[in-house]
Amino acid sequence: MIDIDNLKAAAQAGQTTFPPDWPGANPWLHALVYIVAIIAFTLIMILAFIYAERRGVARFQLRLGPNRAGPEGVLQAVADLVKLLLKEDIVPTLADKIVHLLAPVVATFPAMMIFAVVPLWGSGALLSDLDVGTLYVLAISSFGVLGVFMAGWASSNKYALISAMRGVAQMVSYEIPLVMALLSVVIMAGTLSLNGIVDNQDIPYLLLQPLAAVIYFLAMSAEVNRSPFDLLEAESEIIAGYHTEYSGMKFALFYVAEYGHAVAGMAIFATFFLSGWKGPVLPPILWLAIKMLIAFFISFWIRATLPRLRVDQLMGLGWKALLPLAVINVVITSIEVLFWPDGLTMWILVPVNFVIAAALVYIWSRTVSLRGGRVEIRTRTEIKTA
Amino acid sequence: MKSEQEQKSKQPKEPAQQRRILGTGIVKGMKTTMKGLLSKAITTSYPEQKLVVSKRFRGNEFVWYPGKCTGCATCAKSCPQGNIEIVTGRGKDNKYEVEKFEIDTGRCVFCGLCVESCPYDALCIGRDYELAQFRRSDLVQGKDNMVETERRKPSGYFRPKIEKTLPAQTLLLERAGRKKKRGAE
Amino acid sequence: METTQLRTEPFVINLGPHHPSTHGVFRMRVVFDGEVVVDVEPMFGYLHRGIEKLAEGRTYTQIIPLTDRLDYLAAMSNNWGYVMAVEKLASVPVPERAEYLRIIVGEMMRISSHLLATGFLINELGAFFTPLMYMYREREKLLDLFDMLCGQRLTYNYMRVGGVSHDPPPEWWPAVKRFVQEMPSYIDDYENLITTNEIVLSRTKGVGVLSRELAINASASGPFLRASGIDWDLRRDDTYSIYNRFKFDIPIGTNGDVYDRYMCRVKEMRQSVRIIEQALQQVPKGEFRSNVPHLIRPPVGDVYGHIEAPRGELGFYLVSDNSIAPYRFHVRPSTMINLTTLRDLTIGWKLADLIVIFGSVDVVLGEIDR
Repeated sequence: MIDIDNLKAAAQAGQTTFPPDWPGANPWLHALVYIVAIIAFTLIMILAFIYAERRGVARFQLRLGPNRAGPEGVLQAVADLVKLLLKEDIVPTLADKIVHLLAPVVATFPAMMIFAVVPLWGSGALLSDLDVGTLYVLAISSFGVLGVFMAGWASSNKYALISAMRGVAQMVSYEIPLVMALLSVVIMAGTLSLNGIVDNQDIPYLLLQPLAAVIYFLAMSAEVNRSPFDLLEAESEIIAGYHTEYSGMKFALFYVAEYGHAVAGMAIFATFFLSGWKGPVLPPILWLAIKMLIAFFISFWIRATLPRLRVDQLMGLGWKALLPLAVINVVITSIEVLFWPDGLTMWILVPVNFVIAAALVYIWSRTVSLRGGRVEIRTRTEIKTA
Repeated sequence: MKSEQEQKSKQPKEPAQQRRILGTGIVKGMKTTMKGLLSKAITTSYPEQKLVVSKRFRGNEFVWYPGKCTGCATCAKSCPQGNIEIVTGRGKDNKYEVEKFEIDTGRCVFCGLCVESCPYDALCIGRDYELAQFRRSDLVQGKDNMVETERRKPSGYFRPKIEKTLPAQTLLLERAGRKKKRGAE
Repeated sequence: METTQLRTEPFVINLGPHHPSTHGVFRMRVVFDGEVVVDVEPMFGYLHRGIEKLAEGRTYTQIIPLTDRLDYLAAMSNNWGYVMAVEKLASVPVPERAEYLRIIVGEMMRISSHLLATGFLINELGAFFTPLMYMYREREKLLDLFDMLCGQRLTYNYMRVGGVSHDPPPEWWPAVKRFVQEMPSYIDDYENLITTNEIVLSRTKGVGVLSRELAINASASGPFLRASGIDWDLRRDDTYSIYNRFKFDIPIGTNGDVYDRYMCRVKEMRQSVRIIEQALQQVPKGEFRSNVPHLIRPPVGDVYGHIEAPRGELGFYLVSDNSIAPYRFHVRPSTMINLTTLRDLTIGWKLADLIVIFGSVDVVLGEIDR
């Protein structure tokens, strides 16, 4: 039950945040409160990301972005949602009905499940402090592939099928650099639990592990299908990719799922590399939100600027460039952690790691090329005129 | 990635040759978009802010001066589509008058050949463009709604006297120009 | 299909008339093997309006608004080509000031059309509209200038047989001068954003190569031809109007890939700015339209008049039988002739490249379908 005396003592001591094992020893109450908090946080951050992206990308393009629905356009996502709710739900005749129905659901819930192990407003403020938090995160984030593939397959549409195949190839091939990048952080922090990683982060791991941060950012962009890896929904080629045949609320769920994955990815980035909820003055949950928004700003700045990669170049980047760099980074980090003399401050590692990262990137850019060329077609096929 | 050789080029540096470190091209691109972020938006919020159209703007309606029109039908003969219908006859007191003067603005392409060919400056093209109607038959402009009113003003297309009285056009050059020096050619 | 030991089955996709990135209503039936294009069959005709037949019932001046709608993104060039053909047929003299005005307006049209073509090419590469919006800002400025000159932004109806229809208002000249002074710095901006970008380079270099033999055999023209290394430009080699009074370069590519076509267009924009600057200094005073009868009756005969439109060689073939309307009016569409090479350009590349190569050919369906 709720421990009133403890709360009063904490309030008198001037604590502004909830103590970590609030609201008490009852596990069901703890779970209920945290589930509500996670869902609320995720949905609010999704709305904030949608708003930030639409206004931000518009400002990059010298225009204003939606500013009429609600004050300065904050209710635009709500307006879109209401519109999509009222639309007709069209399912193609030849589609696989059950799979077609389940695909958006399977795509959405991993995004929220990841937050079960992310510390939100303090050390120990998570739904459950798993000792293998990182493993849980990686396993759940691989789930997202399944939703994409189900949608593409069940739509009985060739465009969707192409997109689903591309999606599977892309997401599978970027899992390994993602894992390796997080592995180097885990080695440096010494624990797999996310709570422990944030606690041990006196210096943000962005400075101590620049190469891992960049690799994680790129691999996460590929997992989440954000530019420059957004071939799945390449609007200029395959119109809408795997969600071409979706309308109404299912499409709204896919839209939410896409931003939900982005939210989850940015939250992991903020937790592993930008030291999570730590920060002066403001409440910690606000710091987490601010760090996620900063990472997202870089993501949509890249989206507004760069064209997208072709599918074979994308695979080349993943296998030939990111994977070896990530593995080398793990080796170097292990050597550093093993042989670092006790008592020496970690700040010396920062310039050392930056120099190593720059040297590796330079060597790689000279030796590796994303060559993808023309395929020789020797036989002619006859097109059946139907 | 091979570098290219150009024979007659006035570019300052060859782009492929100056890319030695991977990512400099991308970083340059991102700096340009950041400059875009920090500058003002160039769009106007339409119904609240409207731009002034040019003095010779060919709007979606016509302005007709019955005092000047003689019913010669030169405009009807020069229309490529055949949109103008003119019927003349004897009116009251046996005087010659133009009974019917209709232009079908639904079929019109607003080329202005009729305005150009009128010998008496009786027909002008209008300046308004917000003239959507619910029925196609409402788009036919008859004698009654072609006269100049407060709302229906003529534009200066082929009418230099009217052109002198019109306000200046809003130019994007003036709203979003830059006073930089010339770049390399 | 022969691919090592794996047996694959090709499938047919219809990149149909409704597509966000086929410029207009253009349909392609593509046979794919996985992601690789095996065969392409273009089908067009969805925008056919019967312009050539309509022209037979209209007088020579009434055809001018009709030619606006051929290549609607470069309408001045269409007007100019047609009017030049009629002047050749009927031997109508054109005053000096009108020639200068035609050249200034024609080169402004070239800049606007290339801005649009390049912007949409980068859009198809995937750069989510940002370079397109920057280029559209300049295009809007140009369209404002056209609005000031003749009242319309897209279908101008500006040229007449024997001159142009309007003298520019006095505030037009300083505005054009200001635009021409600012334009090179904007083109530098675009080059910073695109030309050195590694992703653009890796996606456009070596892609969709048009060999010299194929380009000449297929009668290609315009920047599409010049990117393959062939030095042929109607403004210099078959001079019309008064282009021989201006100094400008003709940019030539080396490989004939998508990157070269993009670079040719950007460099042509710079050269157009140069031509406009020279023309602004040399414009004489005088008449802008010579005295032509209201209804022109050319003598019996035929003529082929061609100009270097932004997309290639746009030609007009007129047959007259001494009446007020032509007996036959035929358009040589530059983009349709360029597009006949599509199959050879795209076989062997992937779906993403197909869209990019098609974008680099720079088609306008109005011209292809007429």
